[in-house]
Amino acid sequence: MSKPLKQIHLAAHFPGVNNTTVWSDPAAGSHIEFDSFVHFAQTAERAKFDFLFLAEGLRLREQGGKIYDLDVVGRPDTFTVLAALAAVTDRLGLTGTINSTFNEPYEVARQFASLDHLSGGRSAWNVVTSWDAFTGENFRRGGFLPQQERYSRAKEFLATANELFDSWRGDEILADQAAGIFLKDAKAGAFVHRGQHFDIHGRFNVPRSPQGRPVVFQAGDSDEGREFAASSADAIFSRYATLKEGQDFYTDVKSRLARYGRRPEQLLILPAATFVLGDTDQEAAELAREVRRQQVSGATAIKHLEFVWNRDLSGYDPEGPLPDIDPLVSEEHISRGRAQVRMYRDPIAIAREWRQLAEANKWSIRDLVINTGNRQSFVGSPATVARTIDDFVQADASDGFILVPHITPGGLDSFADEVVPLLQEQGVFRTEYEGTTLRDHLGLAHPDAGWATPG
Amino acid sequence: MSSTSPSHLHLAVALDGTGWHPASWREPGARPRDLFTAGYWADLVAEAERGLIDFVTLEDGLGPQSSHVLDPDERTDQVRGRLDAVLIASRVAPLTRHIGLVPTVVATHTEPFHISKAIATLDYVSTGRAGLRVQISARPHEAAHFGRRTLDRIEAYDSPAAQDLITELLDEAADYVDVVRRLWDSWEDDAEIRDAATGRFIDRDKLHYIDFEGRHFSVKGPSITPRPPQGQPPVTALAHQTVPYRLIARQADIGYVTPHDVDQARAIVAEIRAEQHTAGRAGEPLHVFGDLVVFLDDSRAEAEARRERLDTLAGEPYTGDARIFTGTAAELADVLEELAGGGLTGFRLRPAVAGHDLPRISRDLVPELQRRGRFRDAYEAGTLRGLLGLARPANRYAAA
Repeated sequence: MSKPLKQIHLAAHFPGVNNTTVWSDPAAGSHIEFDSFVHFAQTAERAKFDFLFLAEGLRLREQGGKIYDLDVVGRPDTFTVLAALAAVTDRLGLTGTINSTFNEPYEVARQFASLDHLSGGRSAWNVVTSWDAFTGENFRRGGFLPQQERYSRAKEFLATANELFDSWRGDEILADQAAGIFLKDAKAGAFVHRGQHFDIHGRFNVPRSPQGRPVVFQAGDSDEGREFAASSADAIFSRYATLKEGQDFYTDVKSRLARYGRRPEQLLILPAATFVLGDTDQEAAELAREVRRQQVSGATAIKHLEFVWNRDLSGYDPEGPLPDIDPLVSEEHISRGRAQVRMYRDPIAIAREWRQLAEANKWSIRDLVINTGNRQSFVGSPATVARTIDDFVQADASDGFILVPHITPGGLDSFADEVVPLLQEQGVFRTEYEGTTLRDHLGLAHPDAGWATPG
Repeated sequence: MSSTSPSHLHLAVALDGTGWHPASWREPGARPRDLFTAGYWADLVAEAERGLIDFVTLEDGLGPQSSHVLDPDERTDQVRGRLDAVLIASRVAPLTRHIGLVPTVVATHTEPFHISKAIATLDYVSTGRAGLRVQISARPHEAAHFGRRTLDRIEAYDSPAAQDLITELLDEAADYVDVVRRLWDSWEDDAEIRDAATGRFIDRDKLHYIDFEGRHFSVKGPSITPRPPQGQPPVTALAHQTVPYRLIARQADIGYVTPHDVDQARAIVAEIRAEQHTAGRAGEPLHVFGDLVVFLDDSRAEAEARRERLDTLAGEPYTGDARIFTGTAAELADVLEELAGGGLTGFRLRPAVAGHDLPRISRDLVPELQRRGRFRDAYEAGTLRGLLGLARPANRYAAA
């Protein structure tokens, strides 16, 4: 007997501030005005997606000591946009990236619990960490968190937030007008947390929300990050959108769950994925090349090279050969506030590899960046893309994808109109929402399900 | 600038749970079981918008409500628990078109960087209708929710130690608002250039580090969110004494005060104007609104009976910082006109029972004031600043 078809999970990432977002195209609109978010969210909901995803930034990026000006710069506040989107959508999950370093558990827990109430149970939290003093300069708490403590703080932050969410069981509010009893339990919300990073106690002031707790996402890829996700997350936002890498990651992360007493289906693996659609595969391939050229101007190519070289390369011609000087290895980096730089852990080796690639293919600097960075995940006709996505999911390379279009706000439209119906025809994607909460869409149990119910 | 007639009064409504009377939740129409739903708040704000109210404020706090000013209690006969005010405002914004949305923010335990971008974003999602009400918290138990500072318990408000603590928290709040405002200005209005020829999305010369260094904290900037539609959403604060009046004089666009008669109103306004002069803001528009708790009915006897009924349910007479009005809409209009004679430019009405007194404000009081030529007949501006007659401020960092 053959394995039953897995149902695909799909989500939409509002285009962000990386150079994958094309702003110079005439179709590109505002990434700040609320209308853009409304269009994007309503398209995702029309397509019956599980959720909308928002990233976060807490300091503008800099390169060479100056604010980086070649990509989209600026974004609105995550919580505030999601709360407003709850008013213009009914079912779509609302996932926000919120940093656990430059926030406090009491405040973040009440924001997520509030968002969950105000959206009728659609909130999710992508827990991220940072440690750098650069970002810390925007905050009272400053930038004094040692790097090795970032995950221990994040773990304790999440555990503390969960203690706050759980400080209300959900049945305390009686609101009996005749008897004059509003609260059944005078101590509703009481909590005490004493730990390494937080020593707090008192009363949490938001009653238990429809989902009990927001759904939790985690995005780290290091061993520690994977372990954190296996122990505490409902979904992991990975970056492996190729089949083999995806399968390896999937197997690795799912195998870690058992040691936390969890089943493999309790953690969904959702890589970020880009797409380019055309009427035919060939047309899509041509369009994809065009998009790559829009994404990587000559100036962007030079700046991208600086991430690896860690030197000012402004004197180099983007249409010329790669620099023959070596990267500068130093504690100080020319680029600040950019997570991408951490992908280049051994700059000397990467520079060597890139030079060989460029020579072998006769690539200029710009050609190299176009051909190596940010390859589109899915390029083809709607039929090809639908089939590829389904193949990935059925082959356990992921449980679905978080799609990142390259245009704001209409970049999702063609996917919704042309790919989703094919997935629905194949019987691997919902045609209607079956439930009302994000937990329902993701097939995750309500956290109260395990609680003993008093007789 | 707004076309509001100078004889017009401004009206705001302060929303807090089921209303300001602690027994309000027991009244018919109070909907206490809906308090934690979006629909409840959407309905209240829609009702206020029906009355052409300038704005609503949303109360908030970083701990449960309490019958004591500074300490928590364990009462079960009153509403406890509330949702984040900024998120309620944002949730309601797309459902309304004209009314201003002014959530409360506690400066003592939050980050000005986060709040600056949150209110800027509220301004974007409401297309220019955001404001903020800044508040301090001197409550030791709320400090314990954060664990980052301990606050000594205030034993007597007039003791030197208490005055020092309040002064310090208010000074910190003034710095906080200064930082929030600087962050709003940290992007010039035309910083986004999308210059395809040079590949530059922004003109970075039009983004500014605020480099704020204060006694309590420092913030680098610029903001992550571009300058909001109003440039500077209006900042508001409630104050009862000279020291807090100073915060209003230094940093607010609207101060809420609690005079009990016209002489007090006149004295308070004079004090705020003097502080405003000292703060070097003499020429700047600064509204002073009177706060009143209101019980509105068809007759004064009915309103008084309702107040008594609620007091009986609560087990004690309701008192508070603000004057409590019981009577008809016409009588309230008389009181507001009289108080306005003391120099107040508007009022923030606190409905004793939101489900009852808010519709009385929007459906009885407002028509009464309109008949007297003291209130607008239609929303005359698209932004909160516009409704309040406040110009969109120039950016402090923009080159002249």
